[in-house]
Amino acid sequence: MVRFLLQRLTGVGLVLVVMSILVYGLIGLMPGDPIDLMISADPNLTAADAERLRAVYGLDRPLHERYLAWLGGALQGDFGYSRLFGRPVLETLLPRLANTLMLMGLAFALALLIALPLGVLAARRPQSLTDGTVNLFAFAGISLPPFWLAILLILLFAVTLGWLPAGGMGDGTLAGTLSHLVLPALALTLASVGGYVRYLRASLMEALRQDYVRTARAKGLSDTRVVYGHALRNAMIPVVTVIALDFGTLFGGALITETMFGWLGMGKTIYDAIMGNDYNLALVGLLLATGTVLLANLLADLCYAWLDPRIRLE
Amino acid sequence: MTAARSDPGGASDLLAASSAAVQPGLSPMRLRLRRFRRHLPAVVSLAVLILLGLAALAAPLIERWMGLDATAVDLFARALPPSARHPLGTDELGRDLLLRLLYGGRVSLAVGLAAALFAALIGTGLGLLAGYYGGWFDSAVMRLADTVIALPLLPLLIVLAAVDLSKLGLPPELATSEEVSLYRIVGLIALVGWTVTARLVRGAVLSLKRREYVLAAEALGARPARVMWVHLLPNAVSPIVVAATLSVGNVILLESVLSFLGLGIQPPVPSWGNMLTGAQETIWSAPWLAIWPGLLIFVTVIAFNFLGDGLQDALDPKAEAERAS
Repeated sequence: MVRFLLQRLTGVGLVLVVMSILVYGLIGLMPGDPIDLMISADPNLTAADAERLRAVYGLDRPLHERYLAWLGGALQGDFGYSRLFGRPVLETLLPRLANTLMLMGLAFALALLIALPLGVLAARRPQSLTDGTVNLFAFAGISLPPFWLAILLILLFAVTLGWLPAGGMGDGTLAGTLSHLVLPALALTLASVGGYVRYLRASLMEALRQDYVRTARAKGLSDTRVVYGHALRNAMIPVVTVIALDFGTLFGGALITETMFGWLGMGKTIYDAIMGNDYNLALVGLLLATGTVLLANLLADLCYAWLDPRIRLE
Repeated sequence: MTAARSDPGGASDLLAASSAAVQPGLSPMRLRLRRFRRHLPAVVSLAVLILLGLAALAAPLIERWMGLDATAVDLFARALPPSARHPLGTDELGRDLLLRLLYGGRVSLAVGLAAALFAALIGTGLGLLAGYYGGWFDSAVMRLADTVIALPLLPLLIVLAAVDLSKLGLPPELATSEEVSLYRIVGLIALVGWTVTARLVRGAVLSLKRREYVLAAEALGARPARVMWVHLLPNAVSPIVVAATLSVGNVILLESVLSFLGLGIQPPVPSWGNMLTGAQETIWSAPWLAIWPGLLIFVTVIAFNFLGDGLQDALDPKAEAERAS
């Protein structure tokens, strides 16, 4: 168990290091060189000034030296400054990570709560009208472009009905925050529920074909006991893995949803940072997001072992 | 679930043959066709996709027939509601919306098909090699695939799509040209889209390479390349076709997201994604501009998903047998 955890955590660290090297290397290829931006902001700067500025910011040193300096700082908790916000990167990112986790957590829980009964309903009567309807709903869910879904929700609930705000974070009060959270959470839920329904339906149908289900029926258990007590518990095991692997996709959905609704989360921050040439913020944001997703994945694997005692973590 | 999908074609032929005994006179191909035809959503989807594809191909003809120019900006005709001259109205620059949708469909469909094809090619190649040779190469490829699947890919793609190609030594006019922005998005999506196919093909190869006919071919001195190309690949075609079809929908979604965010297909070249970029601003005054491109993405993606589902039923009779039980 301890060995398993250590191995996985090393793996996460390795992915983060590889990713930081890759993205750090790409920063030099991004549009909008920081010194060029300073020069365009101040026409009095001469070429000599530009050279001096480059030296001041260490931009005249080779790439690997700059990366190692960045990594050294990062390992001591110094992730540098955000150009866009004029504050330490971490100070900008952490509250936004909390906002994203709030959005993703709510959407994830809602999606599971909706997917569970629908998947069970469909799997219990394969090829029936109910199954067909649920399946159609699930296919529609996975096929909706998430940003278009957001536009439609804004069009319906904010423009036409005027019930909810079209975007933003609210005034900081609980009611304000909640009313601004409803639409983005709904959009993210609808974007992910279809996939969950399909996994669950397929897995439960598979489980219902197993011999132990026949045995359970043969010994006279009620249909409900068979489905919920025996089949569903086993069907959940593969579903946990697939859903955990979907966390990365869920974060992608959160990025779109946050951008559409102006919800100040990690996804929107990374996107804004790239569009605003604030690459240090983008780099750390990307690493933080990746680390969070991979750790959530690890957590799901622990869940998996807990659900299935046959699995030993090694 | 994946295990059922990666069921090698050899076994499916066997099953198909045994049911052929019940229905004499039907070849495996005819049986597949018959199973496909029974999947109503898939048949409807195929028809819709053919219609959409034809309409997109015929865009220049329709343009001439309507007597309009799809690229002509008319600032006196901005965001007009539907009329006889403009059946779907005009966009925020006064261009005919229907024609832009058709031209945008060409781009979105072409990018979707091309990227899915390349992803399937990469995935098939890696899966074949990993499954056949095994060892460190296999574990490296599979570890890489698992990592890519778990990563939050969208922000990473956004970073990659934001790279200024002229800083890589490409001449600036080429770096921002229409062709390069097309190739770039196809390449980026293929770069992250190969994982599912690779795992499916590897799974199929792992079970196929233990079969007698493969061992016989090897005993007769067939080289690895021949074994893979002649004996393994043809029997792994079914899962590849299904996975590739299902991935087209995802690719079109991904392209639309990137283009919508301003990092994919660049205007004035229309794609269904970038036609929605300004939709949030015009949503109050001209909501139809926000409806149509999204509806077409939705219809296309769901059609490809249903088509893949139908193909799975048709090509993988084991899944069919499971459905019936």
